[in-house]
Amino acid sequence: MSDAPVQGPNYGPTDSPIYGLMAEFDSAQELVDAAHKTYAAGYQQIDAYSPFPIEGLAEAIGFHKNRVPLVVLIGGLVGGISAYALQYWVAVITYPVNVGGRPYHSWPSFIVVTFELTILFAGIFSAVGMLALNGLPMPYHPVFNVPEFAKASEDKFFLVVFSSDPKYDAAGTRSFLSGLAPRMIAEVPS
Amino acid sequence: MATNTQIPVADRRVPVIAPGYTFSTITEKISNIVLSRPISLGWILGFLIVFGAMNMLMVALGYLFLKGVGIWGINIPIGWGFAIVNFVWWIGIGHAGTLISAILALLRQTWRNSINRFAEAMTLFAVACAGLFPLAHMGRPWLFYWMFPYPNTMRYWPNFRSPLVWDVFAVSTYFTISLVFWFVGLIPDLATLRDRAESPWVQRVYGLLAMGWRGSARHWHRYETAYLLLAGLATPLVLSVHTVVSFDFAVGIVPGWHTTIFPPYFVAGAIYSGFAMVLCLAIPIRAIYGLQDFITMRHIENSAKVMLATGLIVAYGYGMEAFMGWYSGNQYDSFLLWNRLHGPYRFVYLALLSCNIFIPQVLWLKKFRTSTGWLWLISFIVLVGMWLERFIIIVVSLSRDFLNSSWGMYYPTKWDWMTFFGTVGLFLTGMWLFVRILPMISIFELRTLLPESQVHEAAEVKQ
Repeated sequence: MSDAPVQGPNYGPTDSPIYGLMAEFDSAQELVDAAHKTYAAGYQQIDAYSPFPIEGLAEAIGFHKNRVPLVVLIGGLVGGISAYALQYWVAVITYPVNVGGRPYHSWPSFIVVTFELTILFAGIFSAVGMLALNGLPMPYHPVFNVPEFAKASEDKFFLVVFSSDPKYDAAGTRSFLSGLAPRMIAEVPS
Repeated sequence: MATNTQIPVADRRVPVIAPGYTFSTITEKISNIVLSRPISLGWILGFLIVFGAMNMLMVALGYLFLKGVGIWGINIPIGWGFAIVNFVWWIGIGHAGTLISAILALLRQTWRNSINRFAEAMTLFAVACAGLFPLAHMGRPWLFYWMFPYPNTMRYWPNFRSPLVWDVFAVSTYFTISLVFWFVGLIPDLATLRDRAESPWVQRVYGLLAMGWRGSARHWHRYETAYLLLAGLATPLVLSVHTVVSFDFAVGIVPGWHTTIFPPYFVAGAIYSGFAMVLCLAIPIRAIYGLQDFITMRHIENSAKVMLATGLIVAYGYGMEAFMGWYSGNQYDSFLLWNRLHGPYRFVYLALLSCNIFIPQVLWLKKFRTSTGWLWLISFIVLVGMWLERFIIIVVSLSRDFLNSSWGMYYPTKWDWMTFFGTVGLFLTGMWLFVRILPMISIFELRTLLPESQVHEAAEVKQ
């Protein structure tokens, strides 16, 4: 699955008064197991939150591939091609300097700047692209409404089923989540 | 010994993080340095000293802009002097930060995680100090933007065949990418500080910087991809920066500059001095802030080993320069070697050999690699040695070139020294503030070093 299906209301505040149901877990292992079970039970619109990257967690909620590498590739190509084109245009077309009859198109001396700008553009694209695809900056988000969520950046692990999920219903989803033995379950207001 | 065979070799080494820590205690220990530790008298006194030194830089630069570069000791034939010596020295120091954060990340070295954050901060401040020198050396620094290609009424463009223009691109790219890399690494920790801060204003500042990071699995997925790609991009970049700096010399024809060994030998020297600076900073910081559990003897000893290895590459570079002076049969090259050993700057060359080659050989002994006091001293000596190396390359080579009639001597003035020590003040002021404003160790990366962070896929969940 690529980036596309998770866009839309799940990424920020929604019209519905309830954003979703949140379950809190004590360990990375419990969260990954719970995410696997929730996804296997047919919930698609879910997200998991952890204080550090956990291997396999994104895959457990059905998120396998992201588009950051593509963005970086585009950035690198834009940087490299424009750098070479600029140097060619300057040195050959608009401002040619004849140095003892040496060729204007002296490509070996254009490599350094081409290389540097390839790295510069690819690097900036990777950081900005990562943030943009993540929908950041977004200082406000419904999950922050749950007070316990402050521990998501320290030592607690959270799973949220969004209310936009077709299978979501307040009572049924709550009882499903309590079957996963979380520390607590909380409703996330929008 | 039968029971010992059960333990993997890696576990018998000093661990990268002392046992007994949890996600919570790691977070608390590092974030409390920023959020709740009171400001001590020692910190304030130290800050006044380094801030005073930084103001000395302001005075020196102010007078420079008033009077021009004539206040420095530079003159023909030595037109580069301290400005370029210090530029190359500072930019080399920055290299260790990128090496630790990028190259060791690609090599999956877990010992990088406790030292990468402040090594990257060190890189930023060092490159900022480095960048000041070519600007100040320009004579008319307010026209610095003439170096960049932009459409202008003079209808002039930079000469892309000049190594000095390559340098502008290399150094500005290096600074930008280092900043981006550092900031991306900080985002999750800024979110931790946001969530732990008690004062609403502190919370808002960190919240603004964290940009609403919430640790979503999708976000981490893209984050890790972006971080890995940045590491992959920064790795060739860091090798290229000092290569391009060395081109400033190697493309010229001055004896002592015009050699093909310069790029690798400059890169090794950069990493050598960079690790020396990392140790010079890490050893006091871990003692003052009680971080011995996170910056363990493993980190210290590994850094010492990197220093020893790169120092030997540098020694090979010196040896090869001397060999080529003899083997090439070129009278200017062989005179250069003679001049280094017997000329007016011979004491500088002997000091260089002692600081960079002879003294650091004690690092072969474990006793010196594991004694923080000795190691700090050796690192400091290496920093001095690497500064002398750039002095030898620039000043000694320029002082006696092809024609005796154009020989000259270089004596730095007090303004040269004030500018140099002033940038040390600028660098240390940056570090002084950094350790109290931002988490100096990557909290989330340390969490991943705990065994509890590892998960195994359960087979029966597929129902």
